Amino acid sequence: MSEMLSEIAHYFEYPFVRYAMIVGVLIALCSSLLGVTLVLKRFSFIGDGLSHVAFGALAVAAAVGLTDEMIIVLPVTVISAVLLLRTGKNTKIKGDAAIAMISVGALALGYLVMNVFSTSSNVSGDVCSTLFGSTSILTLSRAEVWLCAALSAIVILLFILFYNKIFAVTFDESFARATGVRAGAYNLLIAVITAVIIVLAMNLVGSLLISALVIFPALSAMRLFKSFRPVVIFSAAISVICAAAGILISVLAGTPVGSTVVAADIVAFGICCILGAVRSR
Amino acid sequence: MALLTAHNLKLGYEGKTVVDGLKFTVNSGDYLCIVGENGSGKTTLMKTILHLNTPLSGKIETGEGLKSSEIGYLPQQTEVQRDFPASVWEIVLSGNLGHCGLRPFYTKKEKAAAKDSIEKMGITELSKRCYRELSGGQQQRVLLARALCATTKMLLLDEPVSGLDPSVTAEMYDLIYKLNKDGITVIMISHDIDAALKYATHILQIGKDIFFGTRDEYLKSGAPGLFSQKGEEKL
Repeated sequence: MSEMLSEIAHYFEYPFVRYAMIVGVLIALCSSLLGVTLVLKRFSFIGDGLSHVAFGALAVAAAVGLTDEMIIVLPVTVISAVLLLRTGKNTKIKGDAAIAMISVGALALGYLVMNVFSTSSNVSGDVCSTLFGSTSILTLSRAEVWLCAALSAIVILLFILFYNKIFAVTFDESFARATGVRAGAYNLLIAVITAVIIVLAMNLVGSLLISALVIFPALSAMRLFKSFRPVVIFSAAISVICAAAGILISVLAGTPVGSTVVAADIVAFGICCILGAVRSR
Repeated sequence: MALLTAHNLKLGYEGKTVVDGLKFTVNSGDYLCIVGENGSGKTTLMKTILHLNTPLSGKIETGEGLKSSEIGYLPQQTEVQRDFPASVWEIVLSGNLGHCGLRPFYTKKEKAAAKDSIEKMGITELSKRCYRELSGGQQQRVLLARALCATTKMLLLDEPVSGLDPSVTAEMYDLIYKLNKDGITVIMISHDIDAALKYATHILQIGKDIFFGTRDEYLKSGAPGLFSQKGEEKL
């Protein structure tokens, strides 16, 4: 045990491990906060759709030769999020179909662009690391860590300030609207925050696995708790613990970071299911 | 000036007219029942009163200082709510949100108001319970308590007893009647013409034949049409 601790301490002497830990925990915290709302609003799949959009945008940015990809990726993802969350009952293409359509469309076009215009000699390696985030979290620069920390702080602050509104809009949008709450504005806020988190999370788990960060902690917390506030708090806690554990394990065992974090989330979900079942008997 | 006046309303969606030429007034203390067949536009009318829909033409005016955000609304339950993890307290408290504006948290006064309306609905012992584990009647009381946080003047109820068993239905009607006696104006959508005739002061029937008037005028006119036989026999 002490051997393992000293090995961990040894790894933490490297700045890239510390950066990965900080960013990973922050992203996990943000995505789980929002995850509760998205799951309850029946938008679990939106994370998946948006991450594919971000993948497509990233491919285009790389093909155009931009050094700072965020300039394209963030706005494109935000706009898609707004469009997707707006697709209510009045649109011709229903919500889930719209998400599926945009999601696979962006994935296909992204891969196409990457293949045709890529200057890299290892296209499939690039694609794989974007989809599964295999190494990007271990190659973060100091500036990227600061950017991520600042965006996370904004997300968390907004969530706390608008907590009551987000609850009301999630639980009963038409009542909120009827009593003069500007539900449309809050839905927009939720959409924008979702997009920001997705783009951040691409670094951690890659674009295929983002949904896991959004839905697993929320679903785990809902097995055990029955009111909104405890569900939100517990889901944040479980997400942070899983992210930290996943990153530690992946550093020690040399496994891919993203999938290890998601595996930890799956294990936590299993445990919560069992505890919930035991308690309700 | 009446609390609420509808001028020549024409309602519908996507260009299709559902109801046309709707005129009615609601005065303070009234108990108005809106009856009509499925698809006759009852819910559309309610959403229009709440400014969730815009009418195709005509307008709804509020008077006596009633702001449109001061109408308490009891919606039909949605799919989302059936498995929503929320405590009774959290839900009732959210009824205050309309007064908050951009202020992020609830004041003591708003918390007290939530406590009050929970007491009024007789669900104090449930306030820490999870909403989705309550019975249908208890859930309706929770939503009613929430609506009371939003208003002291007017309640809009959309099919408040649908899916409830008969004894719970009667309790619910009594509760609403009591609120009305305490001075809250009630507008209720209902399928249940018997109850409408028992409690309401005014009836608005929409559909093919439109009728608006007091309960007695409604009975005299014989307008009940579709449901009349059943309704009149019982009375």
